[in-house]
Amino acid sequence: MTEPILRVRNLRATVAGQQVVEDVTFDVPATGVTAVLGRNGVGKTSTLKALLGLYDRTGEVTLAGERIDRLSTDRIVRRGVGYVPEDREVFAGLTVAENLRLAERDASPRRELVADLFPDLVKRSAQRAGTLSGGQQQMVSLARALLNDNRLLLVDEPTKGLAPKIVTEVATALAEAAASAPVLLVEQNLEVISRLATTVVVIDAGRVVHTGDAAELLDDPDRIQRLLGVHTSENAA
Amino acid sequence: MTSQPTTQQTSTPPDRATAPLPHDENVPTPARRRWLMLAGGFALVVLLACLPLLAISLPGVLPGPTYTPGTLQVLALALLVGALALSYHLLFGVAGLLSFGHALYFAVGVYGLAIVLDRTDLPLLPAACVVLVGGIVVAHVVGAISLRVTGISFAMVTLAFAQAGNVLVRRNPAGATGGEEGLALDTTHVPDALVGVMNTRNLYWLALVVLVVVYAVVLWVERSRAGHVAAATRENEMRVRVVGGRPYLVKLLVFVVAATLATAVGMAYLLLQSGAVPRVTSADFTLTLLVMVVLGGVGSRWGAVVGGVLYTLLDQRLGALAASEAIAGLPSVLRVPLSEPLFILGTLFILVVLFLPGGIAGAAQRLSHRRRREGARDLMEESA
Amino acid sequence: MSTIVLLLITGLGLGALYFLVASGLSLIYGLMGVLNFAHGSFLTLGAFAGWEVARRLGADSWGIFGLALVVGAAVGAAFAALTELLLVRRLYERHIEQVLVTVGLALATVALFEGTWGSDPEFIEGPAWLRSTTDVAGAPIPNDRFLAIGAAVLVLVGIVLFLRYTRFGLIIRAGVENRAMVTALGIDVRKAFTLVFAVGGAAAGLGGVLASQYFGYVSPHLGAHLLIFAFIVTVIGGLGSLTGAAVAAVLVAVLQQFANYYWGVGDLVVVLLLALVLLVRPSGLLGRSA
Repeated sequence: MTEPILRVRNLRATVAGQQVVEDVTFDVPATGVTAVLGRNGVGKTSTLKALLGLYDRTGEVTLAGERIDRLSTDRIVRRGVGYVPEDREVFAGLTVAENLRLAERDASPRRELVADLFPDLVKRSAQRAGTLSGGQQQMVSLARALLNDNRLLLVDEPTKGLAPKIVTEVATALAEAAASAPVLLVEQNLEVISRLATTVVVIDAGRVVHTGDAAELLDDPDRIQRLLGVHTSENAA
Repeated sequence: MTSQPTTQQTSTPPDRATAPLPHDENVPTPARRRWLMLAGGFALVVLLACLPLLAISLPGVLPGPTYTPGTLQVLALALLVGALALSYHLLFGVAGLLSFGHALYFAVGVYGLAIVLDRTDLPLLPAACVVLVGGIVVAHVVGAISLRVTGISFAMVTLAFAQAGNVLVRRNPAGATGGEEGLALDTTHVPDALVGVMNTRNLYWLALVVLVVVYAVVLWVERSRAGHVAAATRENEMRVRVVGGRPYLVKLLVFVVAATLATAVGMAYLLLQSGAVPRVTSADFTLTLLVMVVLGGVGSRWGAVVGGVLYTLLDQRLGALAASEAIAGLPSVLRVPLSEPLFILGTLFILVVLFLPGGIAGAAQRLSHRRRREGARDLMEESA
Repeated sequence: MSTIVLLLITGLGLGALYFLVASGLSLIYGLMGVLNFAHGSFLTLGAFAGWEVARRLGADSWGIFGLALVVGAAVGAAFAALTELLLVRRLYERHIEQVLVTVGLALATVALFEGTWGSDPEFIEGPAWLRSTTDVAGAPIPNDRFLAIGAAVLVLVGIVLFLRYTRFGLIIRAGVENRAMVTALGIDVRKAFTLVFAVGGAAAGLGGVLASQYFGYVSPHLGAHLLIFAFIVTVIGGLGSLTGAAVAAVLVAVLQQFANYYWGVGDLVVVLLLALVLLVRPSGLLGRSA
């Protein structure tokens, strides 16, 4: 086994005095896609935000051997962590080009790669991001993270609320991204998970209840039912 | 994120590694502590009530022995300002409403009573009732409008309304307010016992009564259901709304009660100062109230009173210091700042905000916590 | 007719001053969520700095007056940047405490100005042209009005260009929308904080020199007086909106002038306008509805 890229030990987070993550411990391997699974509201998004320092947190987080749990969000990101937030969070009043320009961190951002993955965005570069469709906004959000050479990508529900065709496009882009950097992915869509995920971390009530190989879990519908409270058949869409 | 003006709660999660401390017989239980506090408060009020009969001198703090009218005047002023700060505490500390216009309701009391006494033949008490009703009406109207917005917008809107009051007073409509000159108290219908230097101690007792009454009302509101809802709203308005609370009405209620108390204090202030000056309507005056409450410790009742009293005494003494020989002899780099009481108070305020979260009350609480913890540790070591 | 023209242009001049204060307030609030009570002190210090320049070097030459404007803006910017670095930054994300610190600074600095320059107004001189009038449609308009309007328009254009075409401008625009996401792109948004303070302080300092020409004096309370109306302007315009601040500044000032002239109740009308706007549109004219 190689060293994990991210080690999380006893991560806790609070928002306005409310505990939203209690004692989460897991590793993210240096390759592949690690999917964080769990029912709605168990703290998956909060875990990602806590890792990034967007929420007040305690515990130990190590990125490639370096402690990052005391660093501010911008420092963590500059250490090579790309973030694709839930609900995209594009800057609605800025154009597509401005959204992307803002995200350029490296001396030589990978503009060609982004242009290849999302040709639509090139066409719409002068359009305000707020007027884009949900799928296009998601592409802007993904593109912002893919512009830079990252050591780890944190991707939060990239397919939420998207049409099936767009879901496929997004998944393709993610697969492309995973080829160059490990991904920590929060996702509800089991089809996307089974296509991308190599490792799974299941969270319930703010704690990790299962970690392991993705294929192993996905082959066991009873276990999925028990851990996630879903039927696999329902999640085809 | 501590965007709410609460007392600085130590938000570190409970340390699960350390075992809970054994119960200590010497540490008062909450009920016992409440009794102690009540008895202490009662004793303090009795002591304060006796001051005019005693000859206590505190050189440097008070201008003379406590029975002299000059000193009683300063002390009465300090008590009234403490009461006013307490009414602001209800607004800011309890309901989390950062108002920059609280001076308006105080001014309604000061100017309202001065005008009613000047223009009508009403005796003091009926006149005071009229003014109190006027204050409630003004607070209702302004509160209803400004509570439509929250946070910083609310602060600015209350500021704007207070500014309108300030403009009105300075403009001297129909000669009612006396403009920049202010308005002297017309004593025709004021009982003789409350007029003149010789009766300063009666005014002092009046100020003490006002403070006690304001304290009781604030305590009552805080303990009431409305007070709890207001505090919950301060922490999380959404949640209150979700469980079916009506934050707007509760906030309006607290706003009106705080304003009414300020109006009442304003009337006592008029009697004590025997006149109204436009300064009490200014935005700066509200800001000094904010300074007092923060100095004493946001969220603490006695902190607000202490803040108000301390601020008044400091303001008085710093004024005297500014005029003193010692300062006049200093080079101008030191003399200029030191001869401006507001500069010193403003700087002190900044330092408290930066380095003493929770103000005086917060510091006292940390100190007593530490002592209690040390006491408990000693006990553990003894028993070991 | 000439009265209306006079009131209109004088109102625009006053609106220009309001805008110079409100633009900084609005930017700072938009990006950082801080209501800056010390903004009036930036203006007052700028005004005194300009006045000292004119007093020492001769008040009637245009060159010196230009220098006074530059010094006023520079002093305002430096004072503002220091305020952010030394006081506001220490209370990162604690908005109420940040407001309180600026309140303390406002109280302390006004007292310091009083101690230094005295509490009475100092009457001001300047180039002779500013003291004379120009006829517009039969109305004699004091020339300092034109100067204030011209300066405010330049500042507005300058800030708009800065926001649109520089990387810092991009960061500020994005930060006003969603500060957390800006940091999540690896950008240290605090540099932008210092910058908006400096820009706002420069506009206020410039406004101070112009305001002292407009009113004919400097005093330690010059800033506090304008600040209250600038607050009203920012709320009416919509917190965080620069265009809103510009529109509301003109609206408030012109209305104020007319109401003052015809009924003598300008200030009260402004407060009524504020109440009306809040009742109809609590987020202000151009504010994002939250």
